[in-house]
Amino acid sequence: MKPAPFKYVIARTLDEALAAKAEYGDEARFLAGGQSLVPTMNFRMAMPAVLIDINPLTELSGIKANGVTRIGAMTRYRMLEADAGIGERLRIIHEALPHIAHPQIRNRGTLGGNLSHADPASEMPAIMLALNATLYLRSAKAARQIAARDFFVGALETVIAPDEMLTEIVVPHLPANSGACFMEVARRQGDFAIAGIAAIVTRGADGTCTRARLTYCGVAQTPFYADDAAQSLIGGPVTPAAIKQAAALAMEALDPPGNSHADPSYQRHVAGVLTRRALATAWART
Amino acid sequence: MSSRETRNFGAPIRRNEDRKLLTGKALFVDDLEIPGMLYAALLRSSVAHGELISVDVSAALAREGVVAAYTAHDLGDFWQPGPLLVPPPPIEGVIFNLRTHACLAKDKVRYVGEPLAIVIAESRYIAEDALADIAVEIEQLPAVVDLEAALKPGAALVHDDLRSNVSAHVRQKNGDYAAAAAKAAHIIKRRFAYEHGISSPMETRGVVAQWDERAGQLTVWDTTQAPVFLRNGLAAVFGLSERQVRVVAPFVGGGFGPKIMMFYPEELLVPWASTRLNRPIKWIEDRLEHFVATTHERGQIHDAQIALDAEGRILGVKDVFLHDTGAYDPYGLTVPINSQCTLLGPYVIPAYDSTFTAVFTTLPIVTPYRGAGRQHGVFVIERLLDIAAHELKIDPAEIRRRNLIPPDAFPYDNKIIYQDFAPLSYDSGNYEPILNKALDAIGYAGFKDEQKKALSEGKHLGIAIANYVEGTGIGPYEGARVQVQANGRVSVATGIGTQGQGHFTVFAQIVADQVGCLVTDVDVVTGDTDRFHWGAGTFASRGAVVAGNAVNEAALVVRQKILKLAADHFECAEEDLELGNGEVQIVGVPGRSVRLSELAMKANPMRGAVKPGTEPGLESTQYFGPPGGATASGVHAMIIEVDPELLTLEIKKYVVVHDCGTVINPLILAGQIHGGVAQGIGNAFYEKLLFDDAGQLLNASLADYLLPTSLDVPRMQLEHTVTPSPLNPLGIKGAGEAGAIPVGPLFAQAIEDALGLKAKGIELLEIPLSPGRLWQLITQAG
Repeated sequence: MKPAPFKYVIARTLDEALAAKAEYGDEARFLAGGQSLVPTMNFRMAMPAVLIDINPLTELSGIKANGVTRIGAMTRYRMLEADAGIGERLRIIHEALPHIAHPQIRNRGTLGGNLSHADPASEMPAIMLALNATLYLRSAKAARQIAARDFFVGALETVIAPDEMLTEIVVPHLPANSGACFMEVARRQGDFAIAGIAAIVTRGADGTCTRARLTYCGVAQTPFYADDAAQSLIGGPVTPAAIKQAAALAMEALDPPGNSHADPSYQRHVAGVLTRRALATAWART
Repeated sequence: MSSRETRNFGAPIRRNEDRKLLTGKALFVDDLEIPGMLYAALLRSSVAHGELISVDVSAALAREGVVAAYTAHDLGDFWQPGPLLVPPPPIEGVIFNLRTHACLAKDKVRYVGEPLAIVIAESRYIAEDALADIAVEIEQLPAVVDLEAALKPGAALVHDDLRSNVSAHVRQKNGDYAAAAAKAAHIIKRRFAYEHGISSPMETRGVVAQWDERAGQLTVWDTTQAPVFLRNGLAAVFGLSERQVRVVAPFVGGGFGPKIMMFYPEELLVPWASTRLNRPIKWIEDRLEHFVATTHERGQIHDAQIALDAEGRILGVKDVFLHDTGAYDPYGLTVPINSQCTLLGPYVIPAYDSTFTAVFTTLPIVTPYRGAGRQHGVFVIERLLDIAAHELKIDPAEIRRRNLIPPDAFPYDNKIIYQDFAPLSYDSGNYEPILNKALDAIGYAGFKDEQKKALSEGKHLGIAIANYVEGTGIGPYEGARVQVQANGRVSVATGIGTQGQGHFTVFAQIVADQVGCLVTDVDVVTGDTDRFHWGAGTFASRGAVVAGNAVNEAALVVRQKILKLAADHFECAEEDLELGNGEVQIVGVPGRSVRLSELAMKANPMRGAVKPGTEPGLESTQYFGPPGGATASGVHAMIIEVDPELLTLEIKKYVVVHDCGTVINPLILAGQIHGGVAQGIGNAFYEKLLFDDAGQLLNASLADYLLPTSLDVPRMQLEHTVTPSPLNPLGIKGAGEAGAIPVGPLFAQAIEDALGLKAKGIELLEIPLSPGRLWQLITQAG
């Protein structure tokens, strides 16, 4: 469990990092928190020829709020956990964070690294999808932004080009009278999800649901957005019957792959149970 | 011992070794760095079963930093199938086909992970790089994974020279089961599948070997649980005398059984390469290797039946089971014999007919892991009794009570043969008080009401109770040397290895009482064959029982020497002396005392004549071998809450009542129980080795193979009863495995109770369980 030989490049500025990535392309990986990359290198499942260490790039770390919340890609989970503003405006992030591994790992792991890694069982991709976040990408030549919904292509696969880096995540704030809830079932605290759900609903002045988003982790090749199930809630109150119907629609839409702890049928079942529970809680929080 | 002397034995004394361990000053094998050291890595088969055509290391040898690379063909005469560790017990009609592994596969591979070549390089990194340079050609054969399919005609043969995949076949009988069944009011037959997993010690295995050509001395640091055995074995294969080989088992981070196995390939290859290259070599097993390179314990399938009278009294049990022994069987029959014997539990079973077939598979080798097959047997009898209780409408605790061996029936002869070759005889026991204590502690009497009330609030609670006995403290013997030093400290050396058990404290407690010093003034050395060169090892819950009594015998002789010398010194009678605080004092005459250090110097005079027959020093070496194993017993009880939709569960209360005879140190005993229960919980609900049909282990990492964490293991309420063993002077019984043994049936019973599964016709007849597996079982039942 020793990594194959690799070249180590330390980037002192964003430009240096992007120039190195432009030079080495697919051969190179950025080293952010290293909590997923380094184990896969030790298993020799990943053998990048070059590691570009971006830990010195403090400009990529931090949380700012002005109408939206902007989170630098190198922001550690621990910083998110400790940020009171996130707790006030985007409480669902705080609700999901304890499900991510353990404190030691959250001290190192970064939001940008996690989203770039795109593990479908991971919590933050589903959260960013539910929150309708926008991801900012940079290369030595250009900058672009992309909706979370269009970012994830497959398991461990995103739209990031070989010369690009994810630099910032911009999260819009929820409308007034919104309620959100994250729930997850894993075998042990901190394990990858058998199924997890982020549910966000908004209550209109007339007491009906005006906006709903339901996203899942662990049940597909990418974070999964249950569009029909969410839409079914809009226009009426979120009654137990409406919740039941939404859960049924979500379960129908899901085609989970199964894993060593849960066959597809159990995964779908768990997703259904969590949909009911999370929706009820989210609605109660509106 | 006079009443004024201190009594450390039995006291909750903090561990002598913890300061060293907690401050990082304890030596582990990987801490060794010797000038000129080289590092080894092994190429392992990626195929479970196949003809080995060629292994070409030439490209690896060409890599910079690689010093040597060897295949089986490079070993010459050193290439030999390994030894049989435990011969089959003398049971009539036993069939045993011995097939042991060699250190590198030569003609055939038989499991994924079997070593094919070893690379020695300037660093472990380079050694691992070089593994990718080795070209291997294997002609794949069908893997043998399923126990029943392995025995069918036409199945691929793991060992071609045998006509089947039978490793062993053993039948043991007591009484006449057919006659018992004929008069039974009720017979229950079920099929049970029980899988145990891997022990996952915090420290994986490791070997450092240093051949000193000038001294003609081979030193091997090894994570072994049996350093003296290993020393003897190495001396034999290297053609050296035993005094030319020193094996040191320093601090070892967990043993649990698999570290007794020998020879592991690395235990031969690393010393062999050191003698060839005349340089020290280190090999440290990484976690990925550990999953296939260290022995497992795995599955058994039992077809069992129990015959009962109308009141639920057992008339007889018949069991036929298959046991997965893996690709080789160097450990003989220990695991399945333990299953066969431990099934009997604390119950009167007048007729018993048990037959097992151990089966070769193309999977890693199976050897004992904490419990060592006992779990499998306990699961079968405890589940049979639960089903019987349900069908006969008797309370599960009551049916157990009715069948307990009465206290006046000891020693109790089960009339079959145990793993130590002796008849399975329980030395002593008193089982009903243990059951009563457990029922009280868990709140059994009031539970039904509690359960009903919780259910009205939507909470599904379940309760379970399970009995077990544990054969411990088997022979052959251990020894110890105790010496009072001239500086007043007392040194103790014994041949067993230590893997966290607390030997540095419990042996010190025994000695401190005998020679009258502080526990912290006793320095214990274990596992260094140059410090004590006789013994067997640390296994089968025998360290405290066998080595502990040897330490006591040696300390007693030293005590007598102290008294004699002090009596001469004071010109008084020995009866007038008392020992304590590191000195000997004349009773009732304060100030008339002599330090142990002074007596130690007197016992080793610089001048003058010594009487014939006198040995220098306040020292003694003594040995202890028990006439038979000591039988510990206990009851575990648990209350859980199950989420009826998600099928996840939470342990609300866990009780262990245990009788391991006289207790040396309750703190250390509690630690043994806690750790055992944790491993039992892992076995019951988290850990499962997942092999595909090709014999590939699919979850060889600690991210996928789930060990319970501190969050999954509850606080436990521990209680004890004390029934001393008559088979050793200290009255001790072993406790190492007690925590781990009965947890499987406890989970099955509690989950059935919480979800009312029995009423739905669903029985849990397998371990491990998990929420995902429960979902399958419940949905399959409709």
